[in-house]
Amino acid sequence: MTYTLALAGNPNTGKSTLFNTLTGMRQHTGNWAGKTVVRAEGEFTRSGTSYRIIDLPGTYSLYSNSADEEVARDYIIFEQPDVTIVVIDATSLERNLNLALQVLEMTNRVVVCVNLMDEAKKLGIRIDLDKMKKRLGVPVVAISARNKTGIDALFTQVELVASGALVPQPVKIPYNEDIERKIEELEPYILETLGTRYPTRWIALRLLDGDESLLQSLKANMDALPGTSQSSKEVIPHGHTVCH
Amino acid sequence: MSAMDNALSEAAIGSQILLSRIEVQGVLRRRLLDLGFVPGNVVEVVQRSPLGDPTAFRVNNTMIALRKEESSLIFGEPVGGDAR
Repeated sequence: MTYTLALAGNPNTGKSTLFNTLTGMRQHTGNWAGKTVVRAEGEFTRSGTSYRIIDLPGTYSLYSNSADEEVARDYIIFEQPDVTIVVIDATSLERNLNLALQVLEMTNRVVVCVNLMDEAKKLGIRIDLDKMKKRLGVPVVAISARNKTGIDALFTQVELVASGALVPQPVKIPYNEDIERKIEELEPYILETLGTRYPTRWIALRLLDGDESLLQSLKANMDALPGTSQSSKEVIPHGHTVCH
Repeated sequence: MSAMDNALSEAAIGSQILLSRIEVQGVLRRRLLDLGFVPGNVVEVVQRSPLGDPTAFRVNNTMIALRKEESSLIFGEPVGGDAR
């Protein structure tokens, strides 16, 4: 059993430092299919569990439709890694949490990893990790990628989420009445067309946003795999009927 | 919100502006929002380039330069004294 992890985060948060610490020499780099965006992936084993990890491009957002952001968004939505680790910069929480919240709308399988805590301390910034954890609804761990501290604590949480022993309940971001009503209207159609393999609420929000690039990716993805790797989730209901 | 707000392109160097409206549209609007140009946020006008454009703004602890094309579509009011 190998778990797949994705590393997401703003540029310059120490994402790649963490990636290099974890993978050491066992990494390959290339480009994402059809894009001139560097793709780095690697493998490693920790406490007897093996992992494959993808370093997503560093971005401030997943919606501006630059090549970097499309790559990161499509990976989280279509490849559905077992855990997405969102690395955030403790010295600039507000901007970093923007991306973290975007990821939390896409998947609940998230561990938030606060890096550069020592830098923040120097600037007099104190971060209440417990409060962050409560507000976000996912595990929050402090690390120093440079000094290689906190990595064990991070992987305790990663393993819990990957194995399904911990199912995070991320905060649901409420929108205004108009938008909420439209989400409600759209959701049945999305469920009918796509089933439950994608986060329905998130797709509804993208449709309301008029996100053409997501629609194109969605179409390409559905044409490419008519129920191959993604079909495992649809098998479950059949299993249930057999049991009865 | 208020009729007193001014475009960011008109704000004095060194002033702090409480943002009220972002009238930029499309993909660029999204980008500006992601970077912290959000109503309710305060940006500092740091410096203007010698030719008057672009202007550097500090938002969320990060310096960002915008041309008049964009900054004239972002509105807010000065905070912390009469900077204008």
